[in-house]
Amino acid sequence: MLYREAGDFKKSYKEDNHTFPIKFDRYRYYLVVVVAFGVIPFLVNDYWANAIFLPFLIYSIAAIGLNILVGYCGQVSLGTGGFMAVGAYAVYKLMTSFPDVNIIIHIILAGGVTAMVGVLFGLPSLRIKGFYLAVATLAAQFFLVWVFNRVPWFYNYSASGQINAPERLLFGVPITGSNTDAWVSYLICLIFVTVSAIIARNMTRGALGRSWMAIRDMDIAAEIIGVNPLRAKLTAFAASSFFVGISGALYFVVYLGAIEVGEVFGITKSFLVLFMIIIGGLGSIFGSFAGAAFLVLLPVLLKNVLVGFWGWQTDVAAHLEFMIVGGLIVGFLILEPHGLAQLWKLGKEKLRAWPFPY
Amino acid sequence: MPEQVIFGMEVFLNGLMAGVLYALVALGFVLIYKASGIFNYAQGVMALFAAMTLVGIMEGRVPFAHLINAILGTKIHHFGWHVNAVFGLILTMLIMLLLAVLVQKVIFKHLVNQEGIILFMATIGLAYFMEGMGDLMWGGDIKKLDVGLPQGINLWIDETTYNIFDYGFFIDNLDIYATVIAFILVLALIGFSQYTKQGRAMRAVADDHQAALSVGVSLNFIWIMVWTLAGFVALVAGIVWGTKSGVQFSLSLIALKALPVLMLGGFTSIPGAIVGGLIIGVGEKMFEFLVGPLIGGATENWFAYVLALLFLVFRPQGLFGEKIIERV
Repeated sequence: MLYREAGDFKKSYKEDNHTFPIKFDRYRYYLVVVVAFGVIPFLVNDYWANAIFLPFLIYSIAAIGLNILVGYCGQVSLGTGGFMAVGAYAVYKLMTSFPDVNIIIHIILAGGVTAMVGVLFGLPSLRIKGFYLAVATLAAQFFLVWVFNRVPWFYNYSASGQINAPERLLFGVPITGSNTDAWVSYLICLIFVTVSAIIARNMTRGALGRSWMAIRDMDIAAEIIGVNPLRAKLTAFAASSFFVGISGALYFVVYLGAIEVGEVFGITKSFLVLFMIIIGGLGSIFGSFAGAAFLVLLPVLLKNVLVGFWGWQTDVAAHLEFMIVGGLIVGFLILEPHGLAQLWKLGKEKLRAWPFPY
Repeated sequence: MPEQVIFGMEVFLNGLMAGVLYALVALGFVLIYKASGIFNYAQGVMALFAAMTLVGIMEGRVPFAHLINAILGTKIHHFGWHVNAVFGLILTMLIMLLLAVLVQKVIFKHLVNQEGIILFMATIGLAYFMEGMGDLMWGGDIKKLDVGLPQGINLWIDETTYNIFDYGFFIDNLDIYATVIAFILVLALIGFSQYTKQGRAMRAVADDHQAALSVGVSLNFIWIMVWTLAGFVALVAGIVWGTKSGVQFSLSLIALKALPVLMLGGFTSIPGAIVGGLIIGVGEKMFEFLVGPLIGGATENWFAYVLALLFLVFRPQGLFGEKIIERV
């Protein structure tokens, strides 16, 4: 009833190529965007922004990035934390070296720097495959974190080894530093998320995305039918690292403001983002959002229910969270390898036929 | 002999000892990978879990005490008894057996014929699950493990080297015992796989699942057996590491180092795990000793991974691994 493509005729190639070919789908997404841009900024306060919206939006970008590499191109990476650190430190160096340039440009440039580093660590993927590659990306993780910890140039020789985001203005409003309003940080992240999602979506349904998927499904066969594996793999690494770098930069300048690399961008971060795309759905942009939302909300929910409501100790709740996340990963891999996105799709299929399924 | 060279020799020996410990964890990986094609990321956490369980049983802690206290509002912590090491070991082994059965029945039975990378991610999930469960069962504190392994400087080596070089080498007794244990363990594993019926069946499964199935080998049984064996290896590794640096979360990170060891030695080879372990152990200690001071130290965090990465670019199957042949 609600969800129907009957009567939704395509009259031109342009209409046929819509990102969301079904009218209802399209309007629903417009609605989400309108609410996200037009309503939430007026309601959001510090707690909601810092506990839910900012982490959700920033992890969504990281998850989109990793999903391009793992879900679309089939190259498992455990180095996401390291690449996020590259984004954060790149934006820090750029901000402090060229204080007059607009911060937005710096964030995008940081993504570019990360893309280059990503390509560098992606080079071995031409020789090694599968979990050999997964372990090789651990090298990126540990090496990058070590570099940012030990080379004083990256943290401007500060005594603590921390990096702090100085205040930067955009249209006269502070968007980094401690004086930032919740709605400003929210909007900045939201704009980046929206643009990233649109770019990623269009990349993955174009020629580039098809070559990635061909490599993922069977790389030798893809090579034989004319997909250039060098180009496909390295572009996947570049695109993926670009988004991951931007999320790392936002994580630093907008969300935390001050970071210590070993704590923030450790190996647990890599796993967190990987779990997001497994739970959300490998090879799906919507899945990246769903997974990010799920894993951001789960700890908040558990904390509120177990610690706040039942009065458990925080460490017990944290251990239980580990068990639940681990169990969910295994459960999803067994029952629904395509994650929440697939459940969503099934739900839509059901809705299409509802209430007369036969 | 100049002082630096003597220091270097000491570092070299210590590196060998550390390498033995890496090899110990890596052995468990190889066992499971050979028999079932599962790249078991959880091996390190299994070592941690086994060591925690051993400590918990020996100290008479109540399992899930914190959880029970949180739900029922009670205040229980210990049963009030102490279990001796041998009995504790047997109980822990039984728990690892139970774990192996559960892992096989609940998880991997349903994932047969999936791609390797899916299995790998499932083991990451398993690792998280076990990490949480271990902490929830026995508490998240740093535990001291003492099963009677000697610790401290080996005086005999100290004196002998002092007489020769005028400088006593510091070699930990525990490391020497670990080497002996690892040696015995490898001999036992080789003996088991070469000379027993189950061992032969295990090798058959490793060679070809379907062929083994068609001549009447029970895959389920073999896989449970392999996970139990890996649990046993994990227990040994957990005891040695736990005695050395306390039973704590970082144990599972140390165990991550077994991954580059494997990549270097090849996933399918037991001698490869040992040689790889020694190379990584010596390599990272010598690198830290020679190059570390020049570039800021703490290179041990990444050296193993980068070495393995560079090595793989030239020889993707590792030193002793079977050649990877791909067909369309």
